[in-house]
Amino acid sequence: MSTEILTIKHVSKEYRLGMIGGTSLKEELQRKRAAKKGLEDPTRKVTDTSVGRIGERFLALDDINLTVHQGERVGIIGHNGAGKSTLLKLISRITAPTTGSIAMNGRVASMLEVGTGFHHELTGRENIYMNGAILGMTKAEIDAKIEDIIDFSECRKFIDTPVKRYSSGMYVKLAFSVAAHLDAEIMIMDEVLAVGDVAFQRKCLNKMSHLAIDEGRTVLYVSHNMATIRQLCNRCIVLDHGKLIFDGDVEEAINNYYDVTPEVLNYHESAYNTNGFEGEKCRALSMKVNNDTGMEFVVNERIDFELRIGCSTALSDVLIQFVCKTGAANITGSAFTDQRVNLESGINILHGSMPLTHFTPGIYDCDMIVYWVNHDGAYVELDRFKNALTFSIAQSPEKYDGNYWWHRRWGFASYEDIAIYKD
Amino acid sequence: MDKGKYYKEIASGSKALKFNFKEVWQYKDLILLFVKRNFVSQYKQTILGPAWAIIQPLMTTIVFTFVFGNVAHLADCGAVPTFLFYMCGNVTWSYFSGCLTGTADTFIANSGTMGKVYFPRLCMPISTVLSRLISFGIQFAMFLIFLVIYLFIPGYVIQINPLALLAPLHILQMAMLGLGCGVIISSCTTKYRDLRFLVGFGVSLWMYGTPVAYSQRLFRGTILYHVVRFNPVTPVIEIMRYGFLGPEAGSVDWVSYGCSWVITVILLAWGVLLFNKVERTFMDTI
Repeated sequence: MSTEILTIKHVSKEYRLGMIGGTSLKEELQRKRAAKKGLEDPTRKVTDTSVGRIGERFLALDDINLTVHQGERVGIIGHNGAGKSTLLKLISRITAPTTGSIAMNGRVASMLEVGTGFHHELTGRENIYMNGAILGMTKAEIDAKIEDIIDFSECRKFIDTPVKRYSSGMYVKLAFSVAAHLDAEIMIMDEVLAVGDVAFQRKCLNKMSHLAIDEGRTVLYVSHNMATIRQLCNRCIVLDHGKLIFDGDVEEAINNYYDVTPEVLNYHESAYNTNGFEGEKCRALSMKVNNDTGMEFVVNERIDFELRIGCSTALSDVLIQFVCKTGAANITGSAFTDQRVNLESGINILHGSMPLTHFTPGIYDCDMIVYWVNHDGAYVELDRFKNALTFSIAQSPEKYDGNYWWHRRWGFASYEDIAIYKD
Repeated sequence: MDKGKYYKEIASGSKALKFNFKEVWQYKDLILLFVKRNFVSQYKQTILGPAWAIIQPLMTTIVFTFVFGNVAHLADCGAVPTFLFYMCGNVTWSYFSGCLTGTADTFIANSGTMGKVYFPRLCMPISTVLSRLISFGIQFAMFLIFLVIYLFIPGYVIQINPLALLAPLHILQMAMLGLGCGVIISSCTTKYRDLRFLVGFGVSLWMYGTPVAYSQRLFRGTILYHVVRFNPVTPVIEIMRYGFLGPEAGSVDWVSYGCSWVITVILLAWGVLLFNKVERTFMDTI
């Protein structure tokens, strides 16, 4: 194993809730005096049951231990509020830890934001010097690299124009170029790649991988975009509520992350319709899935289900539709039954099988709609069963050459493979 | 872990006395760039540009000469031109007050940058003091030009003497004092913003406690004289006037001057240590 470059030992970061900035000088003095005499804090609220003298505490990071070796590309993932950004802030010395220590064997270049210190009145060239100096480069170091930086930024034409005239894309490109050419041993990035066009994002990722693999730089990268994590990182840690819950292989970490994602909590094999009685004539009562594999499927599997519908009168030519949504309530598509059914008065049990052909990897909620087409040919909804089905589609590892399905760019449907041949 | 060239350790707990001057020196290029940025951006898109650095003290001096000199008769300067008397005081004072107000909101004004990247925070106030030095240079050159002009106007007596050579020392002292007071205020304002409001009128009150608008000797024998005497800015302005304009315009009080240096050094040391303590976690409270 190569040399250790960053060691984090028992690091915690505590914030006080609600109290910051809310104290007056008088309260502060009272508190100081009480502390000296060993009394209880007189300004503490009576209802406040938390331990300690001052307000309520919140651990943004809780006893983090981490050792990073030279040349590693570590991805940091976790849902919002897990402590990812706090960790990066501590490593980049923006704020100090409450307990514990961080030792590092190199300079740190932090890119928590692109274009820190850019001044809109200065030209691109002047801002390269400014930004470089803020990130810790000396003038001589920037002089040696300025041509590379300008080339990489693709902004040579505008380099002597004040950056306030730049488009936001150019601004970001220029800022990232400076950061990418730093001589730091440890590079810290907080989703700075989320900006810029796809081509430039690819270029940046390649540059970062190149720096790590060929020049032995160490990269710490926070992102919610698993595709970029897969592309860049060779190790990944998962944070959850301030604790480090996983450290190791990227794929395992991503699976682990999805397990702590709240969206997956609603798996159920049978559901009861708890909505108000919407349909007058009929009502979807329950949905039961008969697959014995649980609610995780791979593409092309089928969901076999049993559906119970109660009717007040006999209904003929009824149709059923499934409206599929992703966790973010984006409707991704619909599936219809292949034939009309006749329902009798009382409880009807229907069996069905839905193929998961064009689904992409992810988590889906499906609403089930019972409807018919009336005499005028109009669509009439009889009853709607919200979230009748919740399931996830796992990605088969050989698909897409190992890349994770990238919804934001690739969409929500995976069409049939294209037949291709060469003359 | 092997301790390499760039080894450093971040630990919890405050080490107020461990100040890293070496690090500030490593970032000297950044300080110079900040100075350049401050100066360039200050006068961007103005027609007169750096001429504003001259217009401001010139107008103040004219008003002072008229109100405090000709109407209130507060300038006891004999045959020395009242205009020069006020310009000397004004230029020196405005450098000091500029340093103080400029550094006083270091943390609040730059929290955006400081929340995203680390650099020795002291670079910011140091660069403010240095960029004020540029406008002070322009203003001081204006003062020297007027001084030369008045030398050729008969009827006025101006006795430049060797004490004028202390000027660089005075400028250094004003920079140190302004920086010291400024960083103390900026360190305190991360938690209590009240001090921000105090700075504005506090500085103008301080000016009236300093012989800028009047001669110190007018109050000789009163209790006010002794209050003014131990104001650290007083001897600086008095000796500046004495040196450039002659014994009629100023006075030399070595006790007061010594005290002034002691106060300056104490305030600066206290300010830097306080700043050093606050900078570690100010992002959490600002």
